[in-house]
Amino acid sequence: MSVQAVLTGRHFMHGDHACAEGAIAAGCRFFAGYPITPSTEIAERLARRLPEIGGVFIQMEDELGSMAAIIGASAAGARTMTATSGPGFSLMMENIGLAMMLEIPCVVVDVQRGSPSTGLPTLPGQSDVMQARWGSHGDYGVVAYSPWSPQEVFDLTLHAFNVADRYRIPVFLMADEVVGHMVERVVIPPEEQIVFWERKRPNDGVGPAFEPFRADDEDLVPPMVHAGEGYRIHYTGLTHDERGYPDMSPEAHHRLVTRLVEKVRRAADSLTRTEETLMEDAKIAVVSFGSTARSARHAVREARNRGIPAGFLRLISLWPFPENAIRRIAEHVDAFVVAEMNLGQMALEVGRHVSQPVHGVHHAGGAMMPPAPILDAILNVATRANDR
Amino acid sequence: MSLPALTIASKHPLDDVIRADRMPHIWCPGCGIGIAMRCYAQAILESGIALDNHVVVSGIGCSGRVAGYMNIDSYHTTHGRAIPFALGVKLAKPGLKVTVFSGDGDLSAIGGNHLIHAARRNVDLTVICTNNFNYGMTGGQAGPTTPYGARSTTTPFGNPELPFNLPYLLAAAGANFVSRWTTLHVRQVRRDILYAFNKPGFSFIEILSPCPVGFGRPNRIEEGLEEMELYRQRCVMADGVPLDEMGIDLRGDRPIFVGRLIDRDLAPYRAAPVEVDP
Amino acid sequence: MKVFARTPVDLAEQRVPRGQVFLIPERCKGCKLCVAFCPRHVLQESSQSNAKGYHTPEVVPGKNGSCVHCEFCTMVCPEFAIFTLEVQA
Repeated sequence: MSVQAVLTGRHFMHGDHACAEGAIAAGCRFFAGYPITPSTEIAERLARRLPEIGGVFIQMEDELGSMAAIIGASAAGARTMTATSGPGFSLMMENIGLAMMLEIPCVVVDVQRGSPSTGLPTLPGQSDVMQARWGSHGDYGVVAYSPWSPQEVFDLTLHAFNVADRYRIPVFLMADEVVGHMVERVVIPPEEQIVFWERKRPNDGVGPAFEPFRADDEDLVPPMVHAGEGYRIHYTGLTHDERGYPDMSPEAHHRLVTRLVEKVRRAADSLTRTEETLMEDAKIAVVSFGSTARSARHAVREARNRGIPAGFLRLISLWPFPENAIRRIAEHVDAFVVAEMNLGQMALEVGRHVSQPVHGVHHAGGAMMPPAPILDAILNVATRANDR
Repeated sequence: MSLPALTIASKHPLDDVIRADRMPHIWCPGCGIGIAMRCYAQAILESGIALDNHVVVSGIGCSGRVAGYMNIDSYHTTHGRAIPFALGVKLAKPGLKVTVFSGDGDLSAIGGNHLIHAARRNVDLTVICTNNFNYGMTGGQAGPTTPYGARSTTTPFGNPELPFNLPYLLAAAGANFVSRWTTLHVRQVRRDILYAFNKPGFSFIEILSPCPVGFGRPNRIEEGLEEMELYRQRCVMADGVPLDEMGIDLRGDRPIFVGRLIDRDLAPYRAAPVEVDP
Repeated sequence: MKVFARTPVDLAEQRVPRGQVFLIPERCKGCKLCVAFCPRHVLQESSQSNAKGYHTPEVVPGKNGSCVHCEFCTMVCPEFAIFTLEVQA
């Protein structure tokens, strides 16, 4: 191919486009999606780029078909992705469960907008974050990242593919409309510097003794085989045993579902990502993520200017929830402030790990949260602390 | 020379193509899905394509269980979503022969949107639809192919809706090949599956099938054998019959039209193949 | 001796195929499709039942040599239970 796949260099790039380029840099060569604001530009970019580099782009008839198609293509061995927003995310939920159950890797991007329902198609929200954790029926392990810049959209999209392949799960990139539509510097590394985590493959060859869902390794991840490799595997969404055959017993069900949850839980320490600013001596911890985090960090710096010992924790991974970081911070702070563009979702998660009060700075969505309400909350908390 | 009366065997000639360790399968006595599956299995053997290159994708329902019994790469996916899943497999690895095997409800109700769009795109897939006129797995509810006036658990007073005329629907959507047979027409079913394997574009083979427990009993067709007799009496080759008259009506003695209903060469879907390491 | 309007030139070499019937009894579900559709009426329901209680087919006494290996029972059996193999003369 004469067209360059990895666009190495310094760019002034649109967030959605950075997502598309991150996927390409990760080796994604199959995208199936459906247009939905504010993620459409990801599809449009890939519609042009993928055929140039020998990949497949297909616009499906709906999001359910999109999710099914990317699972099928991944089952055949490709790195695959889809991108959507809230309404499409809801439609994809059943097949997300299928990918979890079949342990087929893929990346699902949700550029969040004002929700629920049709909501605010062109304006930001962050209210799908709990849905990323619990959206499909049943128990399963979830990995979800929240970028706050186009650069991070690129980086985390690339990383998402590696995590997906490593743990055989769909990985969620929970962006928001502000990050998806802003244009900022994005540095794309040379192709040889990009790290690839390969899917685990079987040690032994093809044979009737091969059990596609036997996961005896410490990481609880079974080796993956693809369609057409001669293994003649059976994948079913029904509860199954190590051979992949349906097994309707409570024992098999508990064994399988526990493993799906546990394989992510065991890897939590390596999967979680956070960033701290001014936290070492902080007494008030401000927690935020995505575009809201930009305002939150600004508010923390402003609070410090006024002599308030505030610190900032940015959640880069939403799931697994970085509870170790939260608990460590809880050892030296008196209160938490959680700023998010929803009516209290990650605040619940913070709250259940700490005994300190958690103050939410909430807005249902529609505009990037400015620093002022976050600063007000910090000042409030500080005043109350002083009153004691 | 006198042959033995009946010889007990332990292995069937198709046992390498099916998961013999899972026999007997779950379908009811007299159910036709096993017949359709057998035709598919034999077509696979005769296809000249290595078993390792065949993939079957199914949905939810009794017909969907076929995937679990085929000894090839098989995917038992979500309700109605077998076709887009199969599309993903095929586009990622175009060298594979991908077949969708599912039922009338899975393909034309919840899966209806994917059915018509895959036909419109004319993707190179073979779709085998066992049409037993109801949702059998869940106990015999009506579906989009339940004939007018038929009884089911959700139409206890008789189905007030007209069913889909699937060949007409798929012709309009753009499929290259549509045929309809019954589980009685075992030779034609196998022949058409083989034909569909080799024909580029979207192929759809509707196979009417008895469902004695779900559909038959409420509609006074007590056994699978009786429904097969009904097929024998009422099926008529569709030569010259316009597609819009292909709807199935089981009342009275109306004919059931079978045969190769559409066979054309519209341009099949083309997409740049994915470079996937073998 | 059948009288043909036109006698095929290779009539003397043509042989009607003969088949031997095989059954995997534990797979049979007694649907009787093989019995009903055998063009030579070679099969009937037996009084034997398998472990699940289904009555399996048997060759009608005296019709051991009547199977012509048309393979219809093989094709119409939903259970992968009954099949015929051609007997070479």
